[in-house]
Amino acid sequence: MSRVSSPTFRDSLSVSFTVGAYGVAFGAAAVANGFSVVQSCLLSLLTFSGASQFAVIGVIGAGGSAISGIATASLLGFRNGLYGVLMAPILKVRGFKRLVAAHITIDESTGVSLSQEARGPEAMREGFWLTGFGVFIFWNLFTLAGALGAKAMGDPSAWGLDAAVPAAFLGLVWPRLKSSTDKTLAIIAAVFAIATTPFLPAGLPIIGTAVIAVIVGLRVKA
Amino acid sequence: MNHTLWIGVIGTSAIAYGLKLAGHSVPEKFLSHPLIKRINLLIPIALLSALVAVQSVTTKSAIVIDHRLVGLGAAILTLVLKAPFPIVVLSAAITSAAVYNFF
Repeated sequence: MSRVSSPTFRDSLSVSFTVGAYGVAFGAAAVANGFSVVQSCLLSLLTFSGASQFAVIGVIGAGGSAISGIATASLLGFRNGLYGVLMAPILKVRGFKRLVAAHITIDESTGVSLSQEARGPEAMREGFWLTGFGVFIFWNLFTLAGALGAKAMGDPSAWGLDAAVPAAFLGLVWPRLKSSTDKTLAIIAAVFAIATTPFLPAGLPIIGTAVIAVIVGLRVKA
Repeated sequence: MNHTLWIGVIGTSAIAYGLKLAGHSVPEKFLSHPLIKRINLLIPIALLSALVAVQSVTTKSAIVIDHRLVGLGAAILTLVLKAPFPIVVLSAAITSAAVYNFF
């Protein structure tokens, strides 16, 4: 069977391109927040996890310490660890292949892979690798384009870049708001972060909401 | 400042990879506890919502209502209309830039 015509290949490619294209928003936002083009590209190459990348540039860009930025990004990156737990028994890889698989274990590669379940384990593995590499390639190319573009633009506000960043975060959180608990938590977290911004060092109003999430998780039965 | 940026880049990347690799290495039962799973779904909601709020209405340590909030309004509108992510981000940018440049 030709790979190009397989439904798994089409799913992987369409996800890779559309998701990768958001890299423009990241590259532009990183530069608007004071990161260099090289630093923006390194984040996409090495961190390779959109929400974590937006978080570290957002927190440090707002004047937060490196520790606050790293902590916020890492809390957001924790879910990739859980994806690894799901993917390891499906991929069954060792050694160097496992090191590569870990790097491309993200929302999209895991999501496409799990969505191929009806087509069998071979399609699930193919979906994981194709989507992981596909997003990696497009995400990095578009990050570079966005970073260079933003550098050429000058004043980020004049191009709406300062509003694009919160809009990107909103676009990331919106599909996660399913239950009323999710929505209530979102509002409490937003209010807490705004209310404490004048009093706490930059970054803490954001990380502090993780504590609220843990408390809600402990109190609410799923 | 430049040090902060580099520490942020390298520290975030190292921990991000460590978390990914850990997932591929630990026994499944370790992370599949229902409480861990539930909290893992809630933490991103809290952090991302806080980031939306801080990035749209604060500057340094002050609460500032400006063109960004109008952009965020446009983003909410497009999300309610079920627009795809790039449209959401673009509408926010265009609206905010319009307010910034013309008012």
